[in-house]
Amino acid sequence: MPVSTFRAEFLETFSGLARGVASPGLALFLLLSLLLVRSSWAGEWLPLANDGIHDPRSRAVKILQQPREALQGLTPDHAGNQVRWVQVLDKGEIRPREKLFPQTVVQKLDLDVILDAKGGMPAVRFPHRPHTEWLDCVNCHDGLFAKSAGQSKISMFKILQGEQCGVCHGAVAFPLTECARCHSIPRPGTSKPVIPSGIDPRIHQAVGQGQK
Amino acid sequence: MKSLCNLLRKIGALSLVSFCLATVPATTQAEYADIVINRQAEKNGMRPVVFPHWFHRIRFRCKVCHAELGFKMRAGSNTITMTDIIEGKFCGACHNNDIAWSPENCDLCHSGKPGLPTGVFGGHETSGPGRW
Repeated sequence: MPVSTFRAEFLETFSGLARGVASPGLALFLLLSLLLVRSSWAGEWLPLANDGIHDPRSRAVKILQQPREALQGLTPDHAGNQVRWVQVLDKGEIRPREKLFPQTVVQKLDLDVILDAKGGMPAVRFPHRPHTEWLDCVNCHDGLFAKSAGQSKISMFKILQGEQCGVCHGAVAFPLTECARCHSIPRPGTSKPVIPSGIDPRIHQAVGQGQK
Repeated sequence: MKSLCNLLRKIGALSLVSFCLATVPATTQAEYADIVINRQAEKNGMRPVVFPHWFHRIRFRCKVCHAELGFKMRAGSNTITMTDIIEGKFCGACHNNDIAWSPENCDLCHSGKPGLPTGVFGGHETSGPGRW
């Protein structure tokens, strides 16, 4: 293709595009498609003014830090705040204060507790270390759980109701859809979960197949 | 003919706008673990308080508020009053014009939509305790 023809075609296309932009319908279309692209691209962290709980008329939405600004540089996750909070703390990406008062004793414990799950799910490994990095012993003991292992009857039903682990997991810590993060110790020889008698098997089916 | 074209264009644009409005999801997605505190606020003529966990946990570990300051880990179970805050309890342990802004900046915390009930909002996959 000779250079001149190419240039002419390019100019024609460009002027056509310019004319198109000048027409209000197409301009509106371009604007809306830009907005659409932007909203899907920014879908991870909404601006405070659009999050549904801040009053967009409040001056706070212009002053307060936006989630995207604070969270985008941190180790990502696909759930919750889309931040892998335990890793973020371990890697030193954030350095949150451990105490306000000088007399407070910061308590930490590095001890894993294995909870043998009923019903064929992989057993649960509860690591004290990451929990005590964030929390104090009194947050769980002896209110939510007894101190000695095996003394607390832990059930998924209670957890899903927001009790026991569910006080945090599902509300502020990673959500209950992340089964394998707790049920992390595979059972030898079992490939399928065994549903004990007396339990509605539909709760073990994938979303959409169970009860309405 | 020209006016017909214009009319068609207008109809097209309008249908496009309504299509976009219908497909863009309603923006009610609070950030995971955002808490609305409204036991006292609206009764006293203020907007509900929005407490963002994500912002605070970058700066403080859970234990600071939930062990040292005595916030119970259940939305709605704490009786938080402005008197306590001004005396340095609860939020006032930091919001004292020293660590964080002072309680005089009412509308920075009282920034929620009127009518919201106290509770955990937001959620990427689940919507807080008892709902999954």
